[in-house]
Amino acid sequence: MSPGRAARRHPARGGAERAGPGSAWTERDLLHQMLRIRRFEERCVELYSREEIRGFLHLGIGQEACAVGVVAALGADDAIVATYREHAQALARGIPMRAVMAELMGRAEGCSGGRGGSMHLFDASTRFFGGNAIVGGGLPLAAGLALADSMRSRDRVTVCFFGDGATAEGVFHETMNLAALWHLPVLFACENNRYAMGTAIARAKAETDLALEAARYRMPAWSVDGMDVHAVRRAAEAAVAAVAAGGGPHFLELRTYRFRAHSMYDPEHYRDKAEVEQWRQRDPIPALQQALLASGSLAPSDVDELQARVDAEVDDAVAFAAAGTLEPIETLYRHVTAAPSPTAPGGPAAAGTVPAPSPSPSPVAGADGAPGAARSPSTGPASAPPAPAPRR
Amino acid sequence: MTVVTYREALRQAIRQAMVSDDRVFLMGEDVGRYGGCYAVSLGLLQEFGPDRVRDTPLSESAFVGAGIGAALGGMLPIVEVMTVNFSLLALDQLVNTAAALRYMSAGQFGVPLVVRMTTGAGRQLAAQHSHSLEGWYAHVPGLRILAPATHEDASGMLWPALQDPDPVLLFEHGSLYNVRADLADDAGPVPLEGAAVRRRGDDVTVVAYGGTLPTALAAADQLGSEGIGVEVVDLRSLRPLDAATVVSSVVRTHRAVVVDEGWRTGSLSAEVASRVTEDAFYDLDAPVARVCSAEVPMPYAKHLEDAALPQPADVVAAVRALGA
Ligand SMILES: Cc1ncc(C[n+]2csc(CCOP(=O)(O)OP(=O)(O)O)c2C)c(N)n1
Ligand SMILES: [Mg+2]
Repeated sequence: MSPGRAARRHPARGGAERAGPGSAWTERDLLHQMLRIRRFEERCVELYSREEIRGFLHLGIGQEACAVGVVAALGADDAIVATYREHAQALARGIPMRAVMAELMGRAEGCSGGRGGSMHLFDASTRFFGGNAIVGGGLPLAAGLALADSMRSRDRVTVCFFGDGATAEGVFHETMNLAALWHLPVLFACENNRYAMGTAIARAKAETDLALEAARYRMPAWSVDGMDVHAVRRAAEAAVAAVAAGGGPHFLELRTYRFRAHSMYDPEHYRDKAEVEQWRQRDPIPALQQALLASGSLAPSDVDELQARVDAEVDDAVAFAAAGTLEPIETLYRHVTAAPSPTAPGGPAAAGTVPAPSPSPSPVAGADGAPGAARSPSTGPASAPPAPAPRR
Repeated sequence: MTVVTYREALRQAIRQAMVSDDRVFLMGEDVGRYGGCYAVSLGLLQEFGPDRVRDTPLSESAFVGAGIGAALGGMLPIVEVMTVNFSLLALDQLVNTAAALRYMSAGQFGVPLVVRMTTGAGRQLAAQHSHSLEGWYAHVPGLRILAPATHEDASGMLWPALQDPDPVLLFEHGSLYNVRADLADDAGPVPLEGAAVRRRGDDVTVVAYGGTLPTALAAADQLGSEGIGVEVVDLRSLRPLDAATVVSSVVRTHRAVVVDEGWRTGSLSAEVASRVTEDAFYDLDAPVARVCSAEVPMPYAKHLEDAALPQPADVVAAVRALGA
């Protein structure tokens, strides 16, 4: 499907070259990015089974080319809105692996200060707007960011990642319509991994061609092989350039597959092992690696070197997170509003840091964590009983 | 007697209802092939088929709305919403349609719908999967709000809820699913209304519901070993609220602590405390106390989440502060 609509040029948008951290990525860098994401998530599995990471943990193993290819197309000032399956986007975008791992382990040094966990990674410095765990919840947020840019004539693009399942939500359709109607500078990057938890797309959608569906909202939309990082990057570069040039919203359907369970709790009753095996044959990482080896742009020793770099980075991130501190309980009320601790009258004394327990977290709460006022009894000790009075 | 999990008690109730009445069907996200996000409906698809165990697309507003329509159309739908946080996407359907339809139509149309959902924190699921918003729903006339905290209620509330000609919301606290307890083999329907005294005591009344019942009971155990007799009242139904049972307990104990996993401001605990002061003011030896969740979006890190939630120690402290 090609852009059916003449691009309306925004006065402030020249469609100039967008330089972001990923713009200069070579083929080898693309491989490196995918490898570090893969290794990071494989380590997450180990940490989860050791109970160092808790809560819901959604891995994108198999889908790395989507995040890496799209992020490669972004400028430094562009924004990302992602889902709960967002480790890859966060890492590719440049949130330090240490900060991401620390967040997963609930540490104060995490990119959300331990308040968010795996599903809620945030980073202002890279304009990474989360980590949204309400399916479809990020879509209108992305449209709003794009609206602000458009009203301010800022040369920025907002990319919104979401899954195939999200396209069944009403909010998806409302956002598509609004973005197209208002010609917003937003790129919708739909990672179609064919399942929403256990629900195959054909069991959830009357129209399973998601690009076709998006095109009905009068926005250029393409389907792309999401297992091919080059294809994703090329498509994303074209789409981002068109959005930046004033072409209005664009939509990419990235056809991909998650190799592992939906989350750590999923027994995978809903799909055949053979199907998973088939898709594993299309793993984007060995595919790129073999192509680079075949073309001679990568030597076997380079592969070893990349692996060693990635292992070292992940080891370092885990060590950093494990040595991290726990946010002091006294700060529980911090960040509820911009004003300091409005709901904790009496205000906590300046708190020291609580050392992280090791190896596995032991209860810290209750040690000396004076509960906030809202949890204390609403009154002080009982006063004398009131004088008897007539009963009603 | 058989030892079952709370989850199995719920499943048996759904199964029984589907066997007993072919108008009953279950729908929601991943209730079928996946087996339910908390595995409540595991195996039901195999037994009843995809027509009656119906996987829906991700579209809370649409499938809750469709449940309302099916109920209007003579069916007895059980709609599962994965968690109360996601039910906010269907808030319009629940509040503006399900709750109001009978009234708006001057009694011509009722909505015999049951909506089940998970609520509550304690599993490090952070700020979009952990809140206790059942108190909001309890604000709305036209809805019946249930919070089964025991296995008897988990298995016994569904059938009468389906018989209710009006919409019923059933809140299952996530921390209860794996709890094992005895359930009578002939455990049957239970009354939907009326709070229950889960433990007798003369010195203080602790009011709890759903996931805070175990918290209250743990505190009562501890205080009991110190010679303080705690009466624990389980609200069971949040709307209608059985204030009379609470009040008659307080009239005896003269002290009350309300434990609520919702936020304190504007909470169900505020309602309970008001009822006690309205109806038992002159029987109180101390102001009514409350133990609620900290007024923050639920944090992820374990120690912060624990600090944000009502713990047995908080209940113990609250009781002591009342001079019981
Ligand atoms: C509004 C809402 N409903 C349900 C859920 C539970 N849930 C979490 S992920 C998911 C599947 C989403 O599938 P998709 O959009 O395809 O993304 P994927 O998980 O495949 O990346 C569901 C149903 C949720 N988080 N939010
Ligand atoms: Mg999906």
